[in-house]
Amino acid sequence: MEAFRHLDAVAVPLPQPNIDTDRIIPARFLSRPREVDHAQFLFHDARRGPDGGQDPDFPLNRPEWQPARIIVAGRNFACGSSRESAVWALFDAGFRCAIAPSFGDIFRTNGTKNGLLPVVLPAEAVEAIMAMLEAEPGARIAIDLPAQTVTAPDGSVHGFEIDPFAKHCLLEGLDDFGLTAGYEEEIAAFERRYGRENRL
Amino acid sequence: MDAPRTLFEKIWSRHRVLEREDGQTLLYVGRHLLHDGGATAFDVLRRRGLTPRAPERIFATPDHYVSTAGRRVEEIEDPRHREMVEKLARNTAEHGIRQFGLGDPNQGIVHVVGPETGLSQPGLLIVCGDSHTSTHGALGALAFGIGSTEVAHVLATQTLWQRKPRSMRIAVEGRLGPQVTGKDVILAIIARIGAAGATGHVIEYAGSAIRGLSMEGRLTLCNMSIEAGGRAGMVAPDETTYAYLEGRPFSPRGADWDAAVARWRELPSDAGAAFDAEVTLDGSAIEPMVTWGNSPEDALPIGGAVPDPDAAPDAERRAQMRRMLDYMGLAPGTRLTDIAIDRSFIGSCTNARIEDLRAAAAVAAGRRVAPGVTAWVVPGSEPVKRQAEAEGLHEVFRAAGFAWREPGCSMCLGTNGDIAAPGERVASTSNRNFVGRQGPGARTHLLSPAMAAAAAVTGRFTDVRRLLEG
Repeated sequence: MEAFRHLDAVAVPLPQPNIDTDRIIPARFLSRPREVDHAQFLFHDARRGPDGGQDPDFPLNRPEWQPARIIVAGRNFACGSSRESAVWALFDAGFRCAIAPSFGDIFRTNGTKNGLLPVVLPAEAVEAIMAMLEAEPGARIAIDLPAQTVTAPDGSVHGFEIDPFAKHCLLEGLDDFGLTAGYEEEIAAFERRYGRENRL
Repeated sequence: MDAPRTLFEKIWSRHRVLEREDGQTLLYVGRHLLHDGGATAFDVLRRRGLTPRAPERIFATPDHYVSTAGRRVEEIEDPRHREMVEKLARNTAEHGIRQFGLGDPNQGIVHVVGPETGLSQPGLLIVCGDSHTSTHGALGALAFGIGSTEVAHVLATQTLWQRKPRSMRIAVEGRLGPQVTGKDVILAIIARIGAAGATGHVIEYAGSAIRGLSMEGRLTLCNMSIEAGGRAGMVAPDETTYAYLEGRPFSPRGADWDAAVARWRELPSDAGAAFDAEVTLDGSAIEPMVTWGNSPEDALPIGGAVPDPDAAPDAERRAQMRRMLDYMGLAPGTRLTDIAIDRSFIGSCTNARIEDLRAAAAVAAGRRVAPGVTAWVVPGSEPVKRQAEAEGLHEVFRAAGFAWREPGCSMCLGTNGDIAAPGERVASTSNRNFVGRQGPGARTHLLSPAMAAAAAVTGRFTDVRRLLEG
């Protein structure tokens, strides 16, 4: 997994609540293996008009936001389906961080296991940051994961909470397979006991 | 004396291999369910040179990509879809995992198959790479959906790292009215607490209205826990649970059955157990529900009207409502019963069990699907299909003009190509009314099977209670 420590990048606002993972990547693209570049599927239908052409007003289509690597969205971002390809689509399009007042639980976990940092900030802070991004398209946000801070375009600094385990894995670029292998004895002992109590 | 514990805490601690100082807990997975959308996880295993640790704890069935027009793999027209079904068969065969493949008498939607085979049991930790895994909590299990990296980790280690979620008790008290089902109860709950109302929580559904639900009703209820943001949803096991499980193919037998039931009786939350959040609803006030927007939280009783964005409390909600009404092609103030439909879909892991089909058939019997409406019934599994056909329900549906199809996820998300056309309005018993969920531009309204059948035969949303009073 790609490590995440610091990021200073353009941020794109998506000021809507309940943006679900079907919107991030429609179901008809789920049969593609990980090797396929998923950036082409990111908001595939949402960024297009009814005629299939690109909607120039959709934030991700605007030239100022093309370099964006941070997405700032409304509450309950990426709710719904467990499809990990929602993270892949964002990651392949260059995104490394999503900021929202809340996230779908499964997406949040999928993000931390794929090098995409989910940052929860209070709704008022997210709203204020979105207003700055709208006022100055192309403005940058700085993320400092070791210090757990977000520095908004106006210089205001917002602290955020993150699970220490997820933080460690992101900082070091570790996935949990290696970590779990270190507990083989405990798992084997548990398994013997559990197997006796729960016969198949 | 030990502190009183919840059902959730009891199952959590039974599966805890270890807890680190930072709060991360390694949980042992009792049952791992797979479907045909999970090929990536096997790719991860191969890349790492790993193999499944406990294949005897893993069960698989294809559902997302199967054709509902036929049962043979060759009948899957799209080569990508066929490949997904074939990959599941190959991967499970290679690793000695039991698969209920196409043609197997137990094949079906994974969340229908688990409970009806008896694989999903009280007290188990069950995971699956699908957000609707919360369904299995209806049997008193702790069951939740995971992403494909986590699926690969569970395959390789039979364990999963988790931080303990918070707990929420949702009590629905009183007696449900006629034609008010598990679907209406969960839509009323989500309308009340919101699509993120239970984020970070495991829900335990309780109260007299919940205890009075059949197992099918409880499965529907727990299925949509994720639509309220819940990590999982569960109902304490009771006599309804044991009666449902007894004699199923993977249920314990003989002395093992008695021992299992004795163990399961210890599971319900202790008196005085504390929850992090509590919500109470009056079950007698719940009516048949229909959604109007693009989140399951946008649900109203059938007697209601499309809400007016101008009456919304804040600018964000006003803008959101306008976007939804535009997508849904609805005008504020329109009575739900004045909205005409193009399609009716009775199916999905939410509402394709035998009781659901019986309820829909009771409405379809002696009536005809309205002109211009396409109506489908997609049974949740082969056993559901067999049972329905033994009862003659397929004849009832066919006589009324419904298509009677083969089991699979079908139009719930359209991964197999079963989708609605742009602009078509669908009365759907599935779980998500998201933008584009049933195909680009398709307009989904969620409701119960009886209500979907009532919409099919009248051509518009209809209060099934009035229709049956006739």
